[in-house]
Amino acid sequence: MKLHATALTVRYPGVPTAALDGVSLGLEPGEIVAVVGPNGSGKSTLLRALLGLLPLSAGQVALDGRAVDGWSRRELADVVGALPQREESTFPLTVLESVLLGRWSRLGPVSPVTDKDHNAVVATLRRCDVAGLEDRRIDTLSGGEWQRVRVARALVASPRLLLLDEPTAALDVGHEMELFELLRRLATEGLGVLIITHQLNLAARFADRLLLLDRGRMVAEGRPTEVLREEVVSAVFGWPVAVTSWCDGAPQVVPLRRAEAAESGRALPPLPEDGPS
Amino acid sequence: MVVEVRGPVRPRPSASHVPPVLDPTSETGLFVTPRAAHRMRHALPALAVSALVVVVAALFVGPVLLSPANVIAALRDGAGQESAIIRSLRLPRILLAFGVGGALAVCGAALQAMVRNPLAEPWLLGLSGGAALGAVIGVVAGLPAGWSVSASATIGALAAVALVYRITAVAGRRLDPRVLLLAGVVVSAFAGAVTTALLAVADPFAFRAATVWLFGGFAGASWDAVVRFAVIATPLLALLWWLARALDLLALGEDTAAMLGADVDRTRRLVILTTSILTATTVSVAGTIGFVGLVVPHALRGVVGPLHRRLLPAVFLAGGAFTVLADAVARTVVRPAELPVGVITALVGVPLFAMLLRRSLA
Repeated sequence: MKLHATALTVRYPGVPTAALDGVSLGLEPGEIVAVVGPNGSGKSTLLRALLGLLPLSAGQVALDGRAVDGWSRRELADVVGALPQREESTFPLTVLESVLLGRWSRLGPVSPVTDKDHNAVVATLRRCDVAGLEDRRIDTLSGGEWQRVRVARALVASPRLLLLDEPTAALDVGHEMELFELLRRLATEGLGVLIITHQLNLAARFADRLLLLDRGRMVAEGRPTEVLREEVVSAVFGWPVAVTSWCDGAPQVVPLRRAEAAESGRALPPLPEDGPS
Repeated sequence: MVVEVRGPVRPRPSASHVPPVLDPTSETGLFVTPRAAHRMRHALPALAVSALVVVVAALFVGPVLLSPANVIAALRDGAGQESAIIRSLRLPRILLAFGVGGALAVCGAALQAMVRNPLAEPWLLGLSGGAALGAVIGVVAGLPAGWSVSASATIGALAAVALVYRITAVAGRRLDPRVLLLAGVVVSAFAGAVTTALLAVADPFAFRAATVWLFGGFAGASWDAVVRFAVIATPLLALLWWLARALDLLALGEDTAAMLGADVDRTRRLVILTTSILTATTVSVAGTIGFVGLVVPHALRGVVGPLHRRLLPAVFLAGGAFTVLADAVARTVVRPAELPVGVITALVGVPLFAMLLRRSLA
């Protein structure tokens, strides 16, 4: 299954500038695309626009050539597993119940939950390294467990594409790596994965392509080495960085300290006390 | 670049190696203990049996004291005064109380999921204010009690919801739960002010007649009312049960629900429409009865869990039984007079709610 978005523009009412301005992207089976960019650059808006959750001012999104508006939410959920950035549970469910809700697109309003659904949940939990937690209430999970349970919920209906909004937020380095490794495994199995992340360095090592957004516009797109260039990253994030290379060739971004930037003669954002009071 | 790792890398214990702590003696409620899982599975049949027991027991209670033998005889054959009391007064009254209480509890549970707030209740969207105002206008205008006043209460309730819906549309945030809540509070306050003004100038007789609508009661129950209520309520309750899984998703939040396949706006619209008509129908037969829709879903979530396919039938049974009990108390405690049933549900509901709240926060 292929996802294709062309010239997406989204405007929020009452905001003069576009939240998303002419962004295009494609997602093929078996590849990981990472969307990176500073806070407020339109990453989450992009994900919601791709899923048809926002009215577009211009542009279109198509799944296998069919416009996303033409899909019912249930049809869409059956082929696209997605994870929003924020989520609060009003009434705490168990892990089993929570992940089973990911099968809604298969189950519909009335069909009973069968052994097949249970087995799918257990298998997906094992795949996400949270097996054995079925009966735990989700408000008792650690941040890492909860994120992996959420990923399991996005995966449990066996989607063909996975769109994740900062799934490694609040994860320690071990769990973060486990999640990226899982995404790589899933991509190898043929899933198309789009991940929004602030982890430039992990994105550079795991993603096939990066998409760099700034104030709603696409600044760069391509292989990590093409996108993560010193001058581009420094300008977009408003902070001087050095870009080195890890042994596998992936670019690694190192933000510079003020003294280091001054030494190398690079522009620095003004210190707070330098600004107008 | 050379990365040196000193010593063997110890694998971190992963979740798959650590079984969850399942402590049956745990009182924290943090884990689903085997006892709790067992309780969840058997809760519905147990509730059904308890509800039946309550309904049967309520037949034996009333301002006229009847021996159990008399009640059973009255149920068997239709002759005599005792039979009339049981068959034409108590039985329809109990069935109506059960249906109304059950429907209010189901509406409360559905609305709590929709607005993602455990404090939501059926009267949330201005319904109670509107219903009370409609009834008081009907009473003050001298409409005959029964059908006409019940119709004006229903119209008042639905008009209030329509106004709430209209306010949210003007705010440009139609169906946004937070705006719905605010608009509901505002419309209720407005309707309350007009109701109070009307009652202040009404004659004492109208004032007394209006309090029945303000606090609810089943004194006017009849087989006609039972049938009228059942005809409207049954398909609406079935529709809410059909929406149960969509409600589960809605409780997770708008984006998550949509991403998992729920049509959020359509579900919200259906829930608002269904619960409004259902609640207005309860008003038309019994006035505004508070607390059932708030307390019962809250209490039952701890027993059967928050998933609505199990929760909705459970709260229907429990809400029904609770209201039948409250009505039994209402019609006997100051015999031969009657208290409005809403007074009893509040008197019992408030301490119950406080207790539940304390337990859930402990």
